Amino acid sequence: MNGNYWSWERFSEAFPYVLEGLTTTVGVTISTFIFAMIFGFVWLFLRRIPLRPVNWTVTWIMEFIRSTPPIIQLFFLYNAWPVVPYVGVTLSPFACAVIGLGVHFSTYIGEIYRSGIESVGKGQWEASTALNLSLSDKWRHIILPQAIPPTIPMLGNYFIILFKEVPITATISVQGILYMANTFGSQNWAYIEALTIVGLILLVLSYPSAVLIRKLEVKMNTRFDKNAEIKEINKGVTS
Amino acid sequence: MNPITDIAPQLFRGFGTTVTILIASAIFSYIMAFIAGLCRLSKNTFLRKFTGLYIEIFRGTSLIVQLFWLYYAIPILFDIDLPSNWIIGVIAIGLNYGAYLSEVVRGSILSIAPGQSEAATALNMSSFQRMRFVIFPQAIRMMMPEFGNYTIQMLKGTALVSLIGLRDVFYYGDIMRSTNLAHAPLIYVVVLIFYFILALPLIFLTRKAESIAKKGVAN
Repeated sequence: MNGNYWSWERFSEAFPYVLEGLTTTVGVTISTFIFAMIFGFVWLFLRRIPLRPVNWTVTWIMEFIRSTPPIIQLFFLYNAWPVVPYVGVTLSPFACAVIGLGVHFSTYIGEIYRSGIESVGKGQWEASTALNLSLSDKWRHIILPQAIPPTIPMLGNYFIILFKEVPITATISVQGILYMANTFGSQNWAYIEALTIVGLILLVLSYPSAVLIRKLEVKMNTRFDKNAEIKEINKGVTS
Repeated sequence: MNPITDIAPQLFRGFGTTVTILIASAIFSYIMAFIAGLCRLSKNTFLRKFTGLYIEIFRGTSLIVQLFWLYYAIPILFDIDLPSNWIIGVIAIGLNYGAYLSEVVRGSILSIAPGQSEAATALNMSSFQRMRFVIFPQAIRMMMPEFGNYTIQMLKGTALVSLIGLRDVFYYGDIMRSTNLAHAPLIYVVVLIFYFILALPLIFLTRKAESIAKKGVAN
C-alpha cells in the first residue's frame, strides 16, 4: 500500500543513502578498467603468436568470454571459484567484480589494441625495416605513436559502457549505488524512488562523458584519417 | 555429477523462457529501432527531441536498473497488478537495445551518399518511394552486422531476467548450484556453454552479414 505512489519525501531521504555507494561504483569502474587494459595486452600478444592452432584457440576463448553473460561469469567467480580444486580461493566481492568484469571487457579492449596496430599503414612497417630500425625503435618511434591516438576515443567509449555495466555487481553484494538503492528500497518499501536516483546518477555521469568522447572522436578522425588529409590537400589545389 | 545426463536436463527447463524472451525482445527492439531511428530524422522538431530524450535516457542508464525500475514502476504507472514478469523483461530489454539500435538505423540512413536521394528526387519519386526503393535497400545491409552484434548483447542481457523472478537457464543453474555446492564450477561452466551454444548461430549470422555488407560496395 505504502509503496504504490511516488513520494518526494522518500526521494530526498533516499538520495544521500544511495549516493554513499557512488565511491564504490566509481572505484570498481576505474579498477576494473585498469585491469582490463592490462589484461587486454595478454590477448593482444596471444593473438600475435604466429601459430594457427594457438591463434584459433585464443580467438574462440575470446569469443566465448565475450558472448556469454557477464553476470554468470561474476557468479562463477563469487560462488564457484572457492570450490575449484587446487587453485580455488575465496574472493572478496570487490575482487570478483574487478577480475570478472575485467576479463570480460579485456576481450573487447584487446580487439581495440589490435585495430589500432592494424590501422598503421603497411608502408610504415616497411619503411622502418628499410631504415634498419631496431625492434624497440620501430615500436617506440614509428608504430605506437600512430597506433595509440585513434584507440583513445574507443577506450573512452568502453569506459562508459563498463560504468553502466558495474551495477550488476550489486548481485554479488558489491555495495555500489544499485546495492544501496535495493537496500533502501527493501527497508522503506521505496524502490521506485531509490532506483530513479540510481538512473539519474548514471545518466548525469555518463551523458556528458559520452558527449565529450564524441567530440574527441571527431578531433582524432580529422587528425588521423588519411582521407581527411587528402581532402585537405585537394581543397588547396582546387581553390 | 555428469554434465550431460544430470545438469543439462535441469537447465533445459529454463530454455524456453530464455529463448522466447530473446526472440520477443529482439523483435520488439528492432521495431523500436526503426520507429525511433526514423523519428530522429523527421522534420518535426518535437518528434525529434522526444525520441532523442528516449534514446539518451535508455542509453545513458543500464539495463539492470531499467529492468528493476520497470518491474516496480509499471504496476504503479498503469495502475494494474503485476503483469507477468515475462512482459516486463521483454519491455526492458527491447526498449534498451531499441535505443542503441535506433542510432545504428539513423547512422546507416545518413551514411547513404546525398547523390542517391538527389537522383531519386530528380526521377520524381515521392519521399516515401525515395526511402522505400533507394535509401532503405542500401542502408539495411549496412545495419545488419550491427543488428547481429546487438542481438548477441541481448542474449547476454536475458540472463538478468532471473533477477526479477523469471525461470530461465541461469535461474535453474543457480538453483542447482545452491543444492550441489561442491559441483558449482561444473554447473556454471555448463550454464555458460548453454549460452554460448545459443550465441553461436548469432555469431555466424553476424559474420555472414559482415561479408554481405562489404560485398559490392565501392570504397
